[in-house]
Amino acid sequence: MDKTVPDLATAVAGIEDDMVLMVGGFGGSGAPIELIHALIDRFKATGSPKNLTIVNNNAGNGRIGIAAMIDVGMVKKMICSFPRSADPRAFTEKYLAGEIGLELVPQGTLAERIRAGGAGIPAFYTPASFGTDVAKGKPVAEFDGKSYVQERWLKADAALIKAELADTMGNLTYRKAARNFSPLMAAAAKVTIVQATKIVSPGEIDPEGVITPGIFVDRVVEVTDAKQEEALMREGVAYA
Amino acid sequence: MSTKLSNAQIAWRAAQDIEDGAYVNLGIGFPEMVAKFQPPGRQAIFHTENGVLNFGESPAEGEEDWDLINAGKKAITLKPGAAFFHHADSFAMVRGGHLDVAILGTYEVAENGDLANWSTGPKGVPAVGGAMDLVHGAKRVAVITDHVTKEGKPKLVKRCTLPLTGVGCVTRIYSSLAVIDIENQRFVLREKLPALSIEDLQAVTGAELVIPGPVGDLIAPEV
Repeated sequence: MDKTVPDLATAVAGIEDDMVLMVGGFGGSGAPIELIHALIDRFKATGSPKNLTIVNNNAGNGRIGIAAMIDVGMVKKMICSFPRSADPRAFTEKYLAGEIGLELVPQGTLAERIRAGGAGIPAFYTPASFGTDVAKGKPVAEFDGKSYVQERWLKADAALIKAELADTMGNLTYRKAARNFSPLMAAAAKVTIVQATKIVSPGEIDPEGVITPGIFVDRVVEVTDAKQEEALMREGVAYA
Repeated sequence: MSTKLSNAQIAWRAAQDIEDGAYVNLGIGFPEMVAKFQPPGRQAIFHTENGVLNFGESPAEGEEDWDLINAGKKAITLKPGAAFFHHADSFAMVRGGHLDVAILGTYEVAENGDLANWSTGPKGVPAVGGAMDLVHGAKRVAVITDHVTKEGKPKLVKRCTLPLTGVGCVTRIYSSLAVIDIENQRFVLREKLPALSIEDLQAVTGAELVIPGPVGDLIAPEV
């Protein structure tokens, strides 16, 4: 039942071309920078994985993390709510050049589509986007006198998640607002890969405090000195 | 006296209507200013989409914890009684009718309550964030805005021409000139700057102002 793996390269093994990849985080809070950079390392060495579809709230910032994946040419399409940031060059340049796709999803709809994917609910109705361009082509229905838009579940081949504590069975806690999309994504991916600041033995996380139960987690790697996207930005780091 | 309210004064006026204990979401940018003007003795509980309830002011420079940010990606602090939660719970609070007030900025707002605040057209990179969710579910959806565009054109219009954020969702407008409710798909004038005539206000408003009762004076302190 030990889900720990020895290093980042082993953690991201099996992520291949054309996969759909969910990446936790909201801006830099909860972004699994080290897992992303391990994937970029493999791409630089082997040319794979490429043509990835990335699900995240944003579309990267600066020259690190998701922005670096876009910069080096690994990403075919973003599914996100807000592809802008303090330094959105990587996505903006490729988008305006027609070199990257975008599925723009209202933020609450994005969260609920991922939740539905993990929960086995193929579709649901939401008031968000009714009557707007974003709802074009989607089925609508009226319930109790109000109109709603049908949205489909969202699932992924793999999810990259940053946790605070993990036990070897994959039970997770998160730090402050770094939780955001990660518990939803952990459930919605076939393979959920976690970088944790600390790995502990089963029993060391109070069961009352487990946020993501280990059933949703496949691999855990310890990254004790995980970097913050915002801190790397301020240091001017470029990973592309 | 100034011929219009400053942004800070508009934010001040909007803050006067937030009750003690209200759960409130402020849109990123200009609406964030509303938090500074809570009347003494009242404490609202602020919600941010990325999973925090009851956050406080920004920390001092150098004291930031980048795991603790708001929807605008700015560093925040916590107040006693704060809570963290994941994104699906966060938007359950939004769409599920649990917020008392959402305050947003706008490009255009129409007399039928339609709001356009996310896109100025097909150019550039589109980005919607949480706006399309936030306009549904909160008991009151208010916009704070200059009454006219930089070019002097009405932002309060008969029908929106820009891409919509939501249909029939806005309940109140706090502008640089007036406070206007949207009722039965009409602009209902509640307050205006004392020095401004109703005719002059109507002239810079893109749809008819309905005046069913007394119009209060819109007076804000220098803030």
